[in-house]
This record gives sequence, C-alpha cells and structure tokens, in this order.
Amino acid sequence: MLEMMGLLLIFMIIAAIVAIETRDLLAAVISVTAVGFGSVIAFFYMRAPDVAIVPIVVEVLILVILIRATLRVGLKTFVGNRDFFGMMVTIAMLLVIFLAAIRVFNDLPAFGEPVMAKMMDAPSRIYLANGLNDTGAANIVTAVLLDYRAYDTLGEATVLFTSIIGAITIIRKKARKKPSEPEVEEWTV
Amino acid sequence: MDSVTKGMTPIVQVVSGWVKGFIVVFGIYLVLYGHLTPGGGFGGGVVLAMALVLLVLAQGKEEGLRRLPMGVAAELDSVGALMFLAIALLGMFAGLGGSFFINFIAKANPGEPYSLLSAGIIPLANIAIALKVASSLFVMFMMLVLMRVVYTEPGKDS
Repeated sequence: MLEMMGLLLIFMIIAAIVAIETRDLLAAVISVTAVGFGSVIAFFYMRAPDVAIVPIVVEVLILVILIRATLRVGLKTFVGNRDFFGMMVTIAMLLVIFLAAIRVFNDLPAFGEPVMAKMMDAPSRIYLANGLNDTGAANIVTAVLLDYRAYDTLGEATVLFTSIIGAITIIRKKARKKPSEPEVEEWTV
Repeated sequence: MDSVTKGMTPIVQVVSGWVKGFIVVFGIYLVLYGHLTPGGGFGGGVVLAMALVLLVLAQGKEEGLRRLPMGVAAELDSVGALMFLAIALLGMFAGLGGSFFINFIAKANPGEPYSLLSAGIIPLANIAIALKVASSLFVMFMMLVLMRVVYTEPGKDS
C-alpha cells in the first residue's frame, strides 16, 4: 500500500509540474484535474470514502467550468518568459523549505499511525465510542460534521452563500457604471 | 448565439437523456442516506447540480433553464440556507437544554439505529445543505460559463 501511495504521489507531482510548465491552457486544465483525481485515489487507499466523494464531483464540475471558460475566451496558449531572478529566488526558497521539511518529517509519526488514538481523552476516541449513542447516526463522519461540529458546517455554508452573492453581484446586467464603459450581460434572475 | 450553446450531437443528447434520471436518483440517495453510508449533503448536492450541468452542456442552456430557472434556483439557495439556520435555532428555542445546534429530535425520539429515520436533525440538515449546494453551484455554473461581455456604443442604452 505504501508503494502505491508513493507511485501516486510521483504521478501527482509530475502532473502538477506539467500543469505549470505547459503552454497549452487545455492541457494545463486537464493536468490540474489529474492531480485532483490522484488525491481522490489516495483518499480511497486511506479508506476515507466520505472524504473522496466530494473531490470527485467537485473535480468534474471544476473541469467542465474551466474547459468552457478557457476555451470560450479563445485564449488557447499562454506565451511569456519567466523572470530569471525571480526563478532563482524561487529555487532558493524551495531549497530552504526542503531542508526544513527533512527535519520536520523525521519527527512525524509513521504513515498511517493514528497518534490521536493513543491519548486516552482524545476527541476522536470519544466520537468513535459515543457517536452512535449521542447522535444516532451510523456514519460517524456525518455525526461529527452535522452534530458535534455543526457550527463549523454553518460557517462553511455561510462562506458558500456569501461567495455566490458576490458572484451574482459582480456578473450582472445592469452594471452601476457609466454607459461608456463595457457592460456585462446577465441571466435574468 | 453560436452553435455551442444549442447542444451537442444527437448521440450525446439521447444518452444524456437516459443518464440524467440515474444521476438525480444517485444524488438523492447520497443525500438521504448521508447519515448511514458515505455521502452527505455536500456531495449529493454537487451530484444533483451535475445532472443539470449535463443537461445544459448536452441539450443547450434553454433545456437546463426550463428545468430549473435562475430565479427558482436563487430562491432554493436561500431556502436551503434559511432551513439550515432554522434547524439550528429550533434546537435553541424548542429543544431540550436549549443550545445552538442541539440534536433535539434524536434526544426526544431516538430512532432505530442504522435505519433511515434515525439521527434526528442530521438528515434534515443534509437535505438543507443539498438544496443550498445544488442550486448555488448551478447558478454559479450558469454565471461563469454562459456569461459574455457585451460592448455597447457610448451614450446609447442597450
């Protein structure tokens, strides 16, 4: 299993580099989606289907939106040269982060080892022991999301609601501008 | 209007007509059984929105807007958000102990574990989140993908 995760990780890194380096916008969009689907398979390997379902559907939706959006504009390739000094700074920063990460990863627990479960009064232990009695929900992930931590879920719903309001406000027909400026057509709500 | 917005070839249109019902049923299953099996309001809501997105892509935007007009979608979005908030406030005023988001139905009437009618407010909250996510993602898709910039003459109202 650990070897599969390594292969998956290498695949995701290669796809991410392709997404950054390619000049073709469509290829970049598809590469980003490949990274997302790699993470979905990784979640399935770590036996977290609850976490994996949402990325699958969101990846597909984002792929559709990005393909329609990028191909709609007519901008198919991206042309431009990278600043040499900026690239050097980036490489130096990445090197520093890499050296620090080696120290950090040495202190991390082994892969797949639940650290929280070793503490007697860890929240995860309490949720797993009392979840069915407290909430009646057989799926403990939903019990945490909508009962123990429902306040967080309300915050997430508020974020989504606010972003939709912002999108509708920006993209509308009657822009409050002078008539000389370009106007954006809106779908009548 | 260009040919893209009118839909794809007849093969895609017929197959999407067959498949859309199954996608909707799967989305409803994910929502209603979210407290028993993997799934839940967010994933099921996105699946429901994807069924509409498939209709828009395959059969043109008129077909999708006929199924769910933008005004109805915007109202469903608000209804979902208010329903979730109402569930939280009901726990505060009508519930036992009276705290925000308390599972008052499960405390008063705990159903049979592992059955559909169990877990109190959790299925209701799943339905509310699914309504909200499905309609708002559909609105966002229509806004982002089908929007276009219109340049008008200076001093002339379009």
